[in-house]
Amino acid sequence: MPAPAAGREAGAPLLTVSNVSKVFGGLVTALDGMSLSLGDGDFVSLLGPSGCGKSTALRLMAGLTHPTTGQIRWREGTEPDLGVVFQEPTLAPWSTVFGNVWLPLRLRGISRRGARDEVEAAIASVGLAGFEKAYPRELSGGMKMRVSIARAMVTRPRLLLMDEPFAALDEITRFKLNDDVLALQRQLGCTVVFVTHSVFESVFLSSRIVVMAARPGRVVHDIDNATEVARNESFRTSADYAARCRDVSAALRHAMGEGG
Amino acid sequence: MTDTATPRRAADAPVAIDLDELARMRRRRAERIGAWVLPVIVVALTLLAWDWIVRANEIPHYILPGPGRVGETLVKDWPILSAALLVTLQITFLALFTAVVLGVGLAILFSLSRWIEMSLFPYAVILQVTPIVAIAPLIFIYVDSKIIGLLICAWIVAFFPILSNTTLGLNSADHNLRDLFRIYGATKWQTLRHLQIPSAMPYFLAGLKIAGGLSLIGAVVAEYVAGTGGVGSGLAFRILEAGYRLNIPRMFAALLLIAVTGVVIFGVMSLISHLVLRKWHESAVRRER
Repeated sequence: MPAPAAGREAGAPLLTVSNVSKVFGGLVTALDGMSLSLGDGDFVSLLGPSGCGKSTALRLMAGLTHPTTGQIRWREGTEPDLGVVFQEPTLAPWSTVFGNVWLPLRLRGISRRGARDEVEAAIASVGLAGFEKAYPRELSGGMKMRVSIARAMVTRPRLLLMDEPFAALDEITRFKLNDDVLALQRQLGCTVVFVTHSVFESVFLSSRIVVMAARPGRVVHDIDNATEVARNESFRTSADYAARCRDVSAALRHAMGEGG
Repeated sequence: MTDTATPRRAADAPVAIDLDELARMRRRRAERIGAWVLPVIVVALTLLAWDWIVRANEIPHYILPGPGRVGETLVKDWPILSAALLVTLQITFLALFTAVVLGVGLAILFSLSRWIEMSLFPYAVILQVTPIVAIAPLIFIYVDSKIIGLLICAWIVAFFPILSNTTLGLNSADHNLRDLFRIYGATKWQTLRHLQIPSAMPYFLAGLKIAGGLSLIGAVVAEYVAGTGGVGSGLAFRILEAGYRLNIPRMFAALLLIAVTGVVIFGVMSLISHLVLRKWHESAVRRER
């Protein structure tokens, strides 16, 4: 799979969210009229304060809940094909690293032997080669998250959903994992939806930033954040990066002022 | 990519030992020895005190036999007692086995269908809260075989902890993992096999530990109710019989066998639990620090 850097021109969007609302218990509007289209290779951040419905949006895209109104459609002729990384590593404690990464393939009926190459490649791609036989309790928080990412990547999904995956990690580990996620996305060419409440993280990672407001949860800004330069350490320290952060912060403040 | 990717165990690296480490090792060694020696001392002291009380007060053996006499009786009556022990053990283990099979089977059925759970759970509770001694006489009226009757009684007692613990365990799988299984389109059977059963393991094993002791208690209590002796009677009947004949030393010997059996059962269940969970569950993992 080649890596389409800004490949939104390639025909119909991979996933289209049209005017979706989600009301819980007939009373609480978690998400109000969200529209979003995701193209191949997009890296979209959903940025906003807690209660803005960004996790609800992710669960809707994952097919875990149904919209109250509106529609979520995959591209014509495309089966839903996604990987998910939750806020917690969410590993099975009774399984080794290998067993955890094997799980998605195992559920498709692929034997341990048949899955070995792919599973080992996925584990190596997150830098955990040699840890196949370790149990989750033997790993640090960052390493567990890597296993979780390897598990999401092992099926080579078209769409990767990440729900504040690095919120609980220290900054050094987070920077490292940010770099790794970008590298993996380039390698697999998948579309990523990344929920975060960090302006800096969203500006560093994403080609597009969707700023959301709370009560009711809704989209207030859709900021194009494509770059010509590579997203690496020198980008992280550039004046351009700082300026982009300033703009997104202003948009977020505006969103929160509107919402509050 | 080496945020924490250091080797897990540096076996050949030189070990730096400071005073804290030394104190910790000493304390650990003392605790390890103490865990065995202290109970042995307590038991020995108890036996000595028991023996002394019997001798000093010249208590006749048909009221309170000394520990020596109980030991003698255990050896002398071993043919009778061992046969009785075998019967009790048979009933205990058959009851435990049936409780595990039916308890786990029903728990799985419950987890697959809320409707079945709603329909049958009240019966399981009724079975649990009704004292076995109250049901046993009825059971012995309707069931011809005494062994089967005893088995049913012991099973009723041992069944509930397995059922309720396993049901709880099957329902306590991590929510995000459940979502993950849904996203990957796992079947009910796959979810059960790869998510719910492993999640339920610690709960089931805790239930098994309780059920092991309860099946022995059930077997003994049921035999008290069943009463009639003869061939194929267990330890409880031997205690009753010895009581009628004022053979107090044999009562103590039989009681001792029941107690030891209970301790052994508990030990075996704890061992099984440890072996199954040692790789991953907090309860079985030794803290490094």
